[in-house]
Amino acid sequence: MNRSSNHKSMNQAKAVVLRIVIYGILLAWTFICLFPIYWTVTTSVKTANAVTQGLLVPFWDFVPSWNGWRALGLSPENIFAPSAMRETVLLRLTNSVIMSTVAPALAIVLGAPAAYGLTRFEYRWGRFRNNDISFFFVSQLILPPVVLAMPLLVLYQSLNLLDSRLGLILLYTLMVLPIVIWIARDQFASLPNELEQAAMVDGCTSWGAFIRIILPLTTPGLAAAFILSVIMCWNEYFFSALLTRTNAQTLPALVAAQTSSQGIQWWSMAAISTLSVAPLIFVGIFLERYIVRGLTSGALKG
Amino acid sequence: MTAESVTSHMIVRRPARTRSRRQSAGRLLLATATILFGLLVVAQLLNAFGILSIGFSGWPAVYLGYTAWSVVLCLSQVLIRGEEGARALFVLPAILFVVGMVIFPTAFGLVISFTDWNLASTNGWRFNGLDNIREMLSDTFFWGALGNMCYYVAGVLVQYLIAFGLALLLNAEIRARKFFRVAFLLPFMLSPVAVSWMLGKSMMEYRFGPMAALARTLGWEDPAFFVHPMLARVFIAALDAWMWIPFMVILLLAGLQAISKELLDAAKVDGATGWQCLTQITFPLMLPVSFTTIFLRIIFQLKLADIVLTLTAGGPGGATDTVSSFIFREYRDRSNVGYGTLLAQVYLIMIVIFLTLMLKLSKRYIRHTV
Repeated sequence: MNRSSNHKSMNQAKAVVLRIVIYGILLAWTFICLFPIYWTVTTSVKTANAVTQGLLVPFWDFVPSWNGWRALGLSPENIFAPSAMRETVLLRLTNSVIMSTVAPALAIVLGAPAAYGLTRFEYRWGRFRNNDISFFFVSQLILPPVVLAMPLLVLYQSLNLLDSRLGLILLYTLMVLPIVIWIARDQFASLPNELEQAAMVDGCTSWGAFIRIILPLTTPGLAAAFILSVIMCWNEYFFSALLTRTNAQTLPALVAAQTSSQGIQWWSMAAISTLSVAPLIFVGIFLERYIVRGLTSGALKG
Repeated sequence: MTAESVTSHMIVRRPARTRSRRQSAGRLLLATATILFGLLVVAQLLNAFGILSIGFSGWPAVYLGYTAWSVVLCLSQVLIRGEEGARALFVLPAILFVVGMVIFPTAFGLVISFTDWNLASTNGWRFNGLDNIREMLSDTFFWGALGNMCYYVAGVLVQYLIAFGLALLLNAEIRARKFFRVAFLLPFMLSPVAVSWMLGKSMMEYRFGPMAALARTLGWEDPAFFVHPMLARVFIAALDAWMWIPFMVILLLAGLQAISKELLDAAKVDGATGWQCLTQITFPLMLPVSFTTIFLRIIFQLKLADIVLTLTAGGPGGATDTVSSFIFREYRDRSNVGYGTLLAQVYLIMIVIFLTLMLKLSKRYIRHTV
């Protein structure tokens, strides 16, 4: 009797210790994930003094100031006063928003029908069957950007697409197309064929059935593909740095350019970094479900 | 597919005669467009090699021609083949788009990789045979960068171990799972360029960065993170891990959630310890998911460039350079178009061989163990 209760309490103690270890590791990793974000946001309201002394907590350690945001022309005092820096930042922001919404939308428009066709119909063009066509699309994923970089730079120069929004949008569409097709294929494959067969018996064409019946059913999955594409486009730096100068440059290229010129003026670098990561942090918090869905549906069954 | 059989009898409904007239109209349209486009390309090529001077300056005409030809091709498919053509229309635009954006530039790249083209030189460009290949073979920085890629790819395995551990914890019976999941996901959302400032340039800054302060408290007197070659490589890999572990956690967690609880419960009833459950059941069942995760991650890792470019620019002495960042700087700093493009093409071939081998070997391995 005594022995078994002793045994039981030891087991309980073991379970408690295990709990503590699990939550300890989880909290430690949460801290590792969130501290850099906290650091960046708070640094954007630091003064030079707070930076050099390594103060960490606003209102407690130091009095926040709009220093960093003023340098960007985005502090409450000067947000409505036109300034060169404000125009630059706003133009980059607009570009980023346009690129990272239009390109994914275009990729869905091109990719969703392609994925649908590949799951539902049999194609035979010369030696190329469905599997070859799918492979053709998805294999674009392994193409490193450097391979296309130089030929595209020269090509864009001759097409007058250098430093234009259209040029970058086309390129970003190409970049996210494999992922869109991959995810969309999985979505369509999970729907039973009977749906369209019934519609086609009622006189729908294949396009009619696709648009009226299949698309509404797969909207959540396509939304996941769209959001994942938005993340990729918003964060893209390589091509933006190479193919754009003043008109079409996006936020990451601006952040990189400022990194070298701002030196220790951390408050303004922090402000600009905050600006470039904040939208996606909100996307991450509120649309986590879709991101997880997009990543797992594409990767785990494909 | 079975949808095929249902729709194929619907085409028959249309009267045969209009169909044939439509067909011939479609054929005519396609033939005309193809001939016109072909003429345009020939004129442009002749112009490019200086034989004729009727072409337009640059290549816009060819690209406009290609776009127009693509539209006609899609249209004529519907005209010629009816419902069958309408089905081709699902895939055709995407294919034409990718061909236009990838195949032409790649072919073009193959040509310029055998030239001495330098954007800074005023002499234009000429073919220089195998000079670029010879230069590549003796370019220690390129081979150094390739060597660095081995470290970075090996880093993926370390990331995998950490991510697997975290996924196991998230899969345990815990409270506030949603909170942890979102918090763990966030680093994946951030732009690599911003991260390289947030962590690399400010938190790890020698004088005022909190990481440097932490390192000093832990007894590292001189926390210069990016000065010693090996350490610089390790810290770049660490930054990269910080951004990419969330991606692996998500995939592995989804894999773990798909494992049936009954199996593990049954094993527990039979007296298996937690560790035995993990190594004998969970881990083998996770092999396919693990492999997909690592494979995808390596594909992305082979493109690694952003944080290296913005944080160390390849330094110190090329110790952190990735192949991508090295080629990028070859373009940007030395305007060496021909040589850089050759390196990129060679790199692509290496990637394809490496990934194919990996796919083959791991398939065999999984088949043998599962």
